[in-house]
Amino acid sequence: MTTDTAEITGAGPSPGTTPSTRTRPAVEITHLRKAYGTLVAVDDVSLAVAEGEIFGILGPNGAGKTTTVECAIGLRSPDSGTIRLMGLDPQTQQDEVHQIVGVQLQQGALPPKLRVGEILDMYRSFYRHPADVGELASALGLAAKKTDYYRSLSGGQRQRLSVALALIGQPKIAVLDEMTTGLDPQARRDAWELIEHIRDRGVTIVLVTHFMEEAERLCNRVALIDDGKIVALDTPANLAARARGGKTVRFLPDVPFDNRLLTELPEVTQVECQGQHVIVTGAGELVNAVLLTLAAAGVTARDVQLDSSSLEDAFVKLTGKHLSKEGQPS
Amino acid sequence: MTAISVRRPKPLALPTKRTAFGKIVLNEARLALRQPQGLIGGLAIPVVLLFVFNAITPFKQPSADLGGLTAFGIYVPILVAFSLAMLALFNLPVPLASYRELGILRRLSTTPVPPSWLLAAQGVINVAVAAAATGILIGGGIALGAPVPKNPAGLAVTLVLTIAALFPIGLMVASVARSANTAGIIGRVVFFPLIFLAGLWWPRELMPTGLRVLSDASPLGAAVQALQDSVQGQFPPAVPLLVLAAYAVAFGYLAKRCFRWE
Repeated sequence: MTTDTAEITGAGPSPGTTPSTRTRPAVEITHLRKAYGTLVAVDDVSLAVAEGEIFGILGPNGAGKTTTVECAIGLRSPDSGTIRLMGLDPQTQQDEVHQIVGVQLQQGALPPKLRVGEILDMYRSFYRHPADVGELASALGLAAKKTDYYRSLSGGQRQRLSVALALIGQPKIAVLDEMTTGLDPQARRDAWELIEHIRDRGVTIVLVTHFMEEAERLCNRVALIDDGKIVALDTPANLAARARGGKTVRFLPDVPFDNRLLTELPEVTQVECQGQHVIVTGAGELVNAVLLTLAAAGVTARDVQLDSSSLEDAFVKLTGKHLSKEGQPS
Repeated sequence: MTAISVRRPKPLALPTKRTAFGKIVLNEARLALRQPQGLIGGLAIPVVLLFVFNAITPFKQPSADLGGLTAFGIYVPILVAFSLAMLALFNLPVPLASYRELGILRRLSTTPVPPSWLLAAQGVINVAVAAAATGILIGGGIALGAPVPKNPAGLAVTLVLTIAALFPIGLMVASVARSANTAGIIGRVVFFPLIFLAGLWWPRELMPTGLRVLSDASPLGAAVQALQDSVQGQFPPAVPLLVLAAYAVAFGYLAKRCFRWE
C-alpha cells in the first residue's frame, strides 16, 4: 500500500491506477472525446493537474471547456478516453467523487426565497466531512447575510454563496466554471483573492474562464482550448508572451515627434500611428523606456494605455500562427 | 483491502443521508409557505368554494335530478378533485420546472445527493398538503351538512389512486415545460378541461351521455365518481378505479422516460 491512497478517506485505488505513482495528479484526463451527434465538442483532450495547483481552462464560448469539465466531474459520459480524479473514475465511483470534488457550475441559481443559512445548512448535510458553516460563511464574507433571502443578494454575494456550496464538503478538488463572469471589477478581484485563499488551504483548483487577465493572475498553468482541442498548454506568462509577440503601449502625443526617437530604443520593435494615437510594440521595460524618452524630448504622452490583450487577441494569434503546430495531439 | 476500505464508510453515510433528505423536505416546506401560490390554489380556493357553495340556499335542497342528494353534497368530492388536481398540475410541476430552469437540479447532480431527491421531497410536501386539504374539505363538508362518507376504505383507496394518477400527469407537465412559466400555462391548459369533466360547472349527473362517457374516462371524472360512491356507502366499482390505475401506470411510465433533469 502506498502513502497516497491514504489521502482519500475510505477510497482505495481504483483497479486502473498504478499504485506506484507517488505523485499522482489530482485530475488526469487522457484522450477525452465527446460528441453531440455530429458535433465533436471535445476532441482528444489530455491534461494532468497536479495537487495544489490552480489550473486554468481557457477558450472562447463553445470551445469545449464546459463539456470537458462536465465529463471530468461525471455529469456527462465521455465517448472515449479516461478520467481520474484523485485516482477515482467519475463514471463508476460517483459517490466517492461527489464527496471529494466541489463544483461551481456556470449560471447556477438557487431558490429566491431561501435564506443563505438555510441553503448552507442543507448542502452541508449532503457530505460526510462537511466544513463548519460559520467559518465558511465568514471566509466568504457571508456571515452577515445568513438570514437574508437568496434573492436579496448581490451578484457577487450569489457567486460567493455558490463557491461556498462548492467548498462545503471540504473537497480536495474544486471546479469553478466562469465564476467571475458578470462580476464588477472589485468583486472580481475579491473572487481572485478568495481562489488563492482556497488554494492555500490545499485544494486543487480547476478554473474555467475566458478572461486572460484572470488566468494570468491566478493560474499556475493554463490549457487553451479551441474547437474541442488543446491549442496550447503552458504557464500564463509563456502563453501571453507568445500570444502578444511582445507588449504594446498606446498613447496620444501632445506634439508631433519623429518616430525614429522610439524605434531606436532597444525595447521597441515597432511604431505605428493610428489616427492621432501612436502604438508602440516591444519587450522588456517598454513603458518606462517610451515615456522617459518622450519626456526627455519634451513630448507629453496623454491617454496612455497598456496592452490589455484579451483572450480573443491571444487566441487569434495563437490559432492563426500556431494551430497547425500546436493542434497536434501531444 | 480495497473492497473493505471502499465499503467501510457506507454505514456511516446512511444517517447523513436521512438527515439530508429531511433538510431538503424542510426547505421545500419553507418555500411552499413563503411562495404560497400553490397552497392558495390547492387548499385556500377549494375551501373558500366550499363555503360559497354552502351559502347558496338552493344547493342545500335535495334534488331529484341529483338522485335525491343536495348539490352541496355533490360538490364536496368535486372540490377534493379540484384540490388534488391543483396540487398535481401546479404545485408539483411549477417548482420542479423552476429548479431545472435555475440549474438547481444540475447543481445537485454534482453533490452526493441526486436531484431525484428534490422530486421526492416535492412529492412528500404535496401528498401532505393533499391529505390536509382532503381532510379539511370532507370534514368541513360534514360540518356544513354534507353526508358522512359511509365507506372510508373505498374513500382511502380512491384518494390514493387519484394521487397516483394525477401526480405523474403533473410530472409530465414539468417534463414538457421548459420554464416555470410554461409549466404554469400548461398546467392551466390541462386543469380546466379536467375540472370541467369532473363536474365543477356542470354536475356529472346532469351531463348528456356522450359527455358523461368522456367524463368517466377522464382522471378527475373517474375520481369524482369513485369518491361519490364511497360517500354514499358502497365500495367504488372497478371501472373508475381501473381508469385511475391506467392513468397512473401510463403517465408514470411516460414521466419516468421523459423527465429531464437539465
